[in-house]
Amino acid sequence: MAEIRRLPHRLEWRIGEVLETRHATPRTKSLLLDVPGWEGHKAGQHVDVRLTAEDGYQAQRSYSIASAPEEKSVELVVERLDDGEVSPYLTDELRTGDKLELRGPIGGWFAWEARDGGPLFLVAGGSGIAPLMAMIRHRAAAGSDAPCRLLYSSRSLEDTIFAGELDHLASSDGSLEVVHTLTRSQPPGWTGYARRIDDEMLAEVAPSNEQGPLTFVCGPTPLVESVATALVGLGHDAGRIKTERFGPTGG
Amino acid sequence: MSEGFISRAFQGRRRQTDDRLPPGQYLVEGFPVLSAGPTPRTPLEEWDFSVGGEVDEPKRWTWDEFRALPSEEITRDIHCVTKWSKLGTRWEGVSVDTLLEGVETAAEHVLAFCDGGYTTNLPLEDVTGGRAWIAYSYDGAPLEPEHGGPARLLVPHLYFWKSAKWVRGLRLLNHDEPGFWESLGYHNYGDPWREQRYWGD
Repeated sequence: MAEIRRLPHRLEWRIGEVLETRHATPRTKSLLLDVPGWEGHKAGQHVDVRLTAEDGYQAQRSYSIASAPEEKSVELVVERLDDGEVSPYLTDELRTGDKLELRGPIGGWFAWEARDGGPLFLVAGGSGIAPLMAMIRHRAAAGSDAPCRLLYSSRSLEDTIFAGELDHLASSDGSLEVVHTLTRSQPPGWTGYARRIDDEMLAEVAPSNEQGPLTFVCGPTPLVESVATALVGLGHDAGRIKTERFGPTGG
Repeated sequence: MSEGFISRAFQGRRRQTDDRLPPGQYLVEGFPVLSAGPTPRTPLEEWDFSVGGEVDEPKRWTWDEFRALPSEEITRDIHCVTKWSKLGTRWEGVSVDTLLEGVETAAEHVLAFCDGGYTTNLPLEDVTGGRAWIAYSYDGAPLEPEHGGPARLLVPHLYFWKSAKWVRGLRLLNHDEPGFWESLGYHNYGDPWREQRYWGD
């Protein structure tokens, strides 16, 4: 009997349709796309988006998928970079009914499936929440009871992407904890963290290394670098810390 | 399937038409950092570099021995699969030709291995003939850990994930063995001029 083997196949460019765009924060938008032929993804993966001008000029960038594999549409989170080429188009110009060319899913390392279990420790900075949100949503959709703790650094409450949904999920799930830190401004009466993530905060929030957490860190390079280094310093197994960085040059 | 597709109202602001820029890439001035896990920090007294696998006699250098080898200044453009390119980057390093001098082998493939467990595979002919180095200096200063220091592989004619950070040695092989990203959907060879980003490209 012939052995069935799945050969690597080309990631085809597909045309998605914009179902909806939402202001996630003043600087970021969520794009909900219907992508015919989409073969599904793992939480944590990303796509390449390609824009083509009338004269054939093209620009490509990568964006993380924030939706769970269980959802019908594919959600991307786009932060507007003022001097960027692709992100201002996606946040300012793109509207419901427009078509968007993309291919994916890409990346199988920074990914989590419910069967991978936990405990999960997720650390996000700004729009770095996107792939981690996919994991949190997937965990809920799959009915996983793997303990999950998110430490999420934002500039302010209004810059906190998915704040409402995270609150809602955490309030209805005893094994999901969400810890915010607001680095620039805090609402009146704020009792949470109000500084950049540092060693002391990680020592307080991270699951102990005896619990053997699986850790995913996503955000700007300085945050990712300092968090990963601090966790190794706290005795966490470097082999169970996965990182993804959003460089300042995204565009 | 998306032949002829136009993005409504997209003009394109940057219009970089530099012929040193491979398809789908854009120029950056900074030096973005990408890696899959924490940055390893191996003390230099514990660091070594080895050449092994299908060779008549394995070779090994301590840091001091490695740094005493003849080195070269290298200025090249680099291209990351995440779309950024950086022109005219300046490095110092030891040519892989120097490290393989006198090594007898019938191998046609190389697997570079690194602190942190990262690996990447290359045809032997892509790391010889003045096309690859073990770089220890960037822009006139010791290579920072974030960028792969103390030493990284530098293979500028391929996408930059092939230029493995924190490299500790080369294993010469008779067969091709996909490395870390090559096993996770990224192209086995990775030529930026043919836009070989992912499997099947």
